[in-house]
Amino acid sequence: MEKFDVHTGRAVPLRASNVDTDQIIPAVYLKRVSRTGFEDGLFAEWRKSDPDFVLNRPEFQGASVLVAGPDFGTGSSREHAVWALQDYGFRAVLSSRFADIFRGNSLKGGLLTVLLPQEVIDRLWEAVEADPATEVTVDLVEREVRAPAANVREPFELDDYTRWRLLEGLDDIALTLRHTDDVAAFESTRKPWLPVTL
Amino acid sequence: MARTMAEKVWEEHVVRRADGEPDLLYIDLHLVHEVTSPQAFEGLRLAGRSVRRPDLTIATEDHNVPTQDLLAPIADPVSRKQVETLRKNCSDFGVRLHPMGDIEQGVVHVVGPQLGLTQPGMTIVCGDSHTSTHGAFGALAFGIGTSQVEHVLATQTLPMSPFKTMAVTVNGQLRPGVSAKDIILAVIAKIGTGGGQGYVIEYRGEAIEALSMEARMTVCNMSIEAGARAGMIAPDQTTFDYVRGRAHAPQGADFDAAVEYWKSLRTDEDAVFDAEVVLDADELSPFVTWGTNPGQGVPLDASVPDPASFEDPSARAAAEKALAYMDLRAGTPMREVRVDTVFLGSCTNGRIEDLRTAAEIIRGRKVAEGVRMLVVPGSMRVKEQANEEGLGKVFEEAGAEWREAGCSMCLGMNPDQLKPGERSASTSNRNFEGRQGRGGRTHLVSPQVAAATAVRGTLSSPADLAAR
Repeated sequence: MEKFDVHTGRAVPLRASNVDTDQIIPAVYLKRVSRTGFEDGLFAEWRKSDPDFVLNRPEFQGASVLVAGPDFGTGSSREHAVWALQDYGFRAVLSSRFADIFRGNSLKGGLLTVLLPQEVIDRLWEAVEADPATEVTVDLVEREVRAPAANVREPFELDDYTRWRLLEGLDDIALTLRHTDDVAAFESTRKPWLPVTL
Repeated sequence: MARTMAEKVWEEHVVRRADGEPDLLYIDLHLVHEVTSPQAFEGLRLAGRSVRRPDLTIATEDHNVPTQDLLAPIADPVSRKQVETLRKNCSDFGVRLHPMGDIEQGVVHVVGPQLGLTQPGMTIVCGDSHTSTHGAFGALAFGIGTSQVEHVLATQTLPMSPFKTMAVTVNGQLRPGVSAKDIILAVIAKIGTGGGQGYVIEYRGEAIEALSMEARMTVCNMSIEAGARAGMIAPDQTTFDYVRGRAHAPQGADFDAAVEYWKSLRTDEDAVFDAEVVLDADELSPFVTWGTNPGQGVPLDASVPDPASFEDPSARAAAEKALAYMDLRAGTPMREVRVDTVFLGSCTNGRIEDLRTAAEIIRGRKVAEGVRMLVVPGSMRVKEQANEEGLGKVFEEAGAEWREAGCSMCLGMNPDQLKPGERSASTSNRNFEGRQGRGGRTHLVSPQVAAATAVRGTLSSPADLAAR
């Protein structure tokens, strides 16, 4: 996993609530067996059907921070939603509320999802819409989002463990495999009637 | 200290606890399907890792599979590749697989309970958000992403941060024609699609206790639609009777010992939930959605709401957008909404009781002119049982299509899709834009409403049908 410490980039304002993972990447794009190349599926339906959709607008090309409405990432557990955002070039998503599974997936994969008050999201939207060149800094070291042009300097919360894992770019599986003895010890105490599939 | 059921099951599965780190939880059962697993198996291969406990893992083909012409190769080459990849992965890593054509094949959340692999007190995961279904047995069951699928394959554990707990108490008794689906749609409309974020929901109260095991699965299945990763119902005699005798259920003295343990899982009398919601079942009526998220629902007796009636600006904007997508006008009675397609199936409502309920309403009647009704059993076992009971014949005689098992039109990854502009009444779980096919419009309903709607062609309840 790619490390995340401080990222500065231009932002895309996505003024919609309840953007579910079927919108982030429709099911038809989930049929691949590879881990990369999902950028064409990102918001595919909206990109196809609405010429004014924010990602179709030239001024937002190359942006790397998505500023989204509340309840972003609801619905299906598809991690392809995270991959599509990353493959398209996003490094961070800012919102006032994220769905749990999407949030978990994003933080596993190194896409930083940042919780900010809706009032701050509103200010970022306005600033970015007024000037698409507005830069937003997502600083995981200081746990802070900065956008001087929007007069935003806002701390955010992220637990120490997740922050450390992202800063180091560590693979969860390798971390758990250090505790294989604990797993084996636990297995010896499991109830004898628990089902097995084989 | 008094504890809730969710907290008890969690504590029983902590492998390792350290300050400042998530708990490492043991996973008792890992369900696998073709869509969210290929990159996980590939990750194992690249790292030279194996599946730690293939004996706690089971796979089935469900999301992509066609529901007709099972013997023909899958026409869509990309779907075929995904299914073939699952077969190769299961073979390479020693995982039991129920492929298309197998009598145990079906939607993963129908297969687990049916085999008796789903039992109270277990931790169950799957790369699918509707894993919450298994909570109906008093298991802690939740959907995970593909990175976590790989993690469970490699270690049989997951690092997890604790949930908060929410009690949803449904008092009273359901009136005739009102079902478990209406309970959960009403819960979601009440607390919203984000209301359960961060929580495990425990459904309790007289109306929940009165539900059959399959109806309880319908309720827990849609916990994720309220934002909750898991929903649970305390195991009781209904649960024990359902599990007893199934292929993987404990046998003999083991079963008795298991029941004693399962009884201890109930939430303690004086345990405190972080949040509580109360509903009265007597006040519920058949529920339908009008919008593009499952929280946008109303009683069938109501009309399409006016976006201006929403105080919250974000809800108002969402309603305006939804009505435009759904091509509905505020004030239109829901009963006047005409559909092209009725879909009966999915992990929400594709079990034998759902088919029986719908067949009872359809029996001796015809699907309305111009309406297509797809009946897709949740598993091949369900199909077999339905045929033994003559239900398949009832659907066919009414003019419905009686298909093979799979996820089908719930998410349209196989050929069962709505065409742009088509409208469905669907017993599935999500009415998102394009979910059932590009440009398709979905109204979520119960099996009762689905059956009555198929007959009348407009959203209807069985009470609207003329006598046979």
